[in-house]
Amino acid sequence: MSDRWISPLKLRQLGIMGMNRRNIGYIGRYNPRNRYPLVDNKLKTKVVAQRARLRVPDLLHVVETQHEIEGIQAQIRDLSEFVIKPAQGSGGKGILVIIDRDGDLYVKSSGARLTLQDIKRHVTNILSGLHSLGGRPDVVIIESLVKISPYFSAISYEGVPDIRVIVFKGYPVMGMLRLATHASDGKANLHQGAVGVGVDIATGRSVAAVQNNRLVTHHPDTGTSLQDLVVPDWRTMLLLAARCYEVTGLGYLGCDIVVDATRGPLLLELNARPGLSIQIANNQGLLPRLRHVEGLEDYYLTVEDRVEYAMANFRHFPDQAPAAEPVPLTEEYP
Amino acid sequence: MPQRGPLIFIVVLLLVAGIGTAWYRHTTYRIPLLPGVQQTVWQVEARVEYLAQGGATQAFLTLPPDQSGFRVVGEAGASPGFGFDLNTRDTQRQAHWTKRFAQGEQILFYKLDLVRDPGYEVLPDPPPPPDTPVWEEPYQTAALQLLQSVMPISADARSLARQLTQELTAARQSQNVALLLERYRPATLMTTLLNAAGIPARSVQVLELEDGRRRQDLREFVQFWQDDAWHLVDPGGTSPDPARLLLWQTTTPSVLEVLGGSRSRVTFSMISQIRPAAALTNEQAPGFDLSLYSLPIAEQGMFKLIMLLPVGALVVALMRILVGLKTSGTFMPVLIALAFLQTNLLPGLTSFILVVAIGLLIRSYLSALNLLLVARIATLVVLVIGIISIVSVISYRLGLMAGLTITFFPMIILAWTIERMSITWEEEGPKEVVVQGGGSLLVATLAFLVMDQAIVRHLAFNFPELHLCVLACILMLGRYTGYRLMELRRFAVFNR
Repeated sequence: MSDRWISPLKLRQLGIMGMNRRNIGYIGRYNPRNRYPLVDNKLKTKVVAQRARLRVPDLLHVVETQHEIEGIQAQIRDLSEFVIKPAQGSGGKGILVIIDRDGDLYVKSSGARLTLQDIKRHVTNILSGLHSLGGRPDVVIIESLVKISPYFSAISYEGVPDIRVIVFKGYPVMGMLRLATHASDGKANLHQGAVGVGVDIATGRSVAAVQNNRLVTHHPDTGTSLQDLVVPDWRTMLLLAARCYEVTGLGYLGCDIVVDATRGPLLLELNARPGLSIQIANNQGLLPRLRHVEGLEDYYLTVEDRVEYAMANFRHFPDQAPAAEPVPLTEEYP
Repeated sequence: MPQRGPLIFIVVLLLVAGIGTAWYRHTTYRIPLLPGVQQTVWQVEARVEYLAQGGATQAFLTLPPDQSGFRVVGEAGASPGFGFDLNTRDTQRQAHWTKRFAQGEQILFYKLDLVRDPGYEVLPDPPPPPDTPVWEEPYQTAALQLLQSVMPISADARSLARQLTQELTAARQSQNVALLLERYRPATLMTTLLNAAGIPARSVQVLELEDGRRRQDLREFVQFWQDDAWHLVDPGGTSPDPARLLLWQTTTPSVLEVLGGSRSRVTFSMISQIRPAAALTNEQAPGFDLSLYSLPIAEQGMFKLIMLLPVGALVVALMRILVGLKTSGTFMPVLIALAFLQTNLLPGLTSFILVVAIGLLIRSYLSALNLLLVARIATLVVLVIGIISIVSVISYRLGLMAGLTITFFPMIILAWTIERMSITWEEEGPKEVVVQGGGSLLVATLAFLVMDQAIVRHLAFNFPELHLCVLACILMLGRYTGYRLMELRRFAVFNR
């Protein structure tokens, strides 16, 4: 096998999950269709999360109809930093991050300047369903910009990094730190060019880093080494992510968490169809862990119990503190 | 996996039903499994429409004469409430419909089955010597001058006819031709000129046979007599395949005559089928026929295309589930492939890329106008139609007939494609546009290549039950949990 292709047998041995298996075996099987609107609509996610006392970025304004656009000027006149996003956008589409003002102009995270007219056009586009799944008419959310914490400002470039945790049946099974790059325009979505850094569930330490499906060792813009990071507040984040299982009822879930300088970890959004690149960033396949959780017979565990269990069993670095008694895996994975 | 049992059961059931029915029909009705083994049967349907005025009404439709090259294997007139008979008037066969009282719109059908048989010969009656035509001035002088200019450069009837066609269709017509064409139709003019030169000639109505055509009109051709046979020539200058020309009318002045009605019109639909003679004779027997052959011909022609759609859908499913190609719009490639079937691959690809590229260019200016989405798409629909018209006109002027086929593309789909690609461009950059656009075109091309196979077309139409097998394949693909081909590349980093 050349370097550019890998044999399906080897992928199977490594337990790498492919798109088809994710869609049929996990999303189709563990995510009830009627729960999707909760995560596909960020406004609903926010409401549900707030009711469950999960911390989220503050909601500043909601624009629901075309004629409210004229009022937008008054709403954002005194704001110097905010985020405009479609409630039903997918894959980071349509998110506009404003980090500063330059007189009447609005400064994007990339440094580009927008007029009020540009912003109104963006809002119109969102309302008419340009960024939403299936082109449905949408609602615009304007929320406060998360202030980057000092720890992350050293490693990220333009924009706030976020942490993606895959939660399966309430257990956090894999984590990844996503760093915005110049190429990703301040957004932390991997397919837009952000860097993904795999994070060990047990310790919060970085495992490997990937950009555009290729391994990297340093951040392409800041040059920071990505090899020995330890994500602060890791346990708090896992607890936050694991709670989303009860809140949404979705068995296979991607939780995106950001760290605010003053408020700590906040739930940014949820995803019922989380991507597969997290496996590359973690240098590990998802399937063994998913099968592990599928084989568990415990139930009615508290969030703390589940996070405890995950941190004890899903470790990447064997030299650290000993894991709990290993649980035999199901099916063909040794 | 849950519920795998029922799925496998359904898949097996579909496969057995599909293949079983196909095999049964093959053995019992002798429908060939491969195309091109049997003779081609042309089914021609004439549709007469008119407005009855309330009272007794009659319609006469001239029928094609017995002619070389085509053997008639069956004919029928179907029209509820009408009396119908076939008779001969002045050596010309005709269909005759009658009704005591009719009001409002009337639709009458006449259906004819022909087998193309080059060995079938009919001896023509020799024509009477031509009359010397009588012209009015100034046409007399113009006609004589025209004849004098072409007579010296022709040797016989055939070369004279060819020279006349060239004169009539020349890009720069001589003054004489222009004057004569103002007064006479090309076919009439040519007939009279040939008669004036002492050559027996007549203007005739012919039907050009092309598979799947609907609502066609007859074309006026000229026949001249040489070497004891009639020869066809198109005064319009084209030279269609004589094996595809069915002589419909030779003597009477009009093809359709209606008494007690107005606004009469006759159109023709036709389709070619590969059917054994046994099935043709069965058809006339009364019975409950559930096959596609029992549909009117115009609809059969449509089904020839519709029946290819499942094949295209299967190709898309394969490409997306097994290979993992990205396309813009899930089934957009099938519609593009369907258009390619009419335009052929290269002209289709070129015109598609051309329209989308021009559209993207204009769309980038639309961005600045800050329009609502629906208005923007509507604008694009209008623009696409504009682009298509301009491309058609320009390519026609340049003599590129292929450019005209651009009209086969579904315009709404084109408009959406342009919109989606433009958004992709703005959000994810030109690279993603090329990836998705290229993916769509690749899938469309593959779907076209599969759908264009003679064997696929043959099986899809003549054995529609095989679509159950296509369905079974799609259902199985729907439960495929293995890796996609592109993932073997995407995850190549795990090779270390």
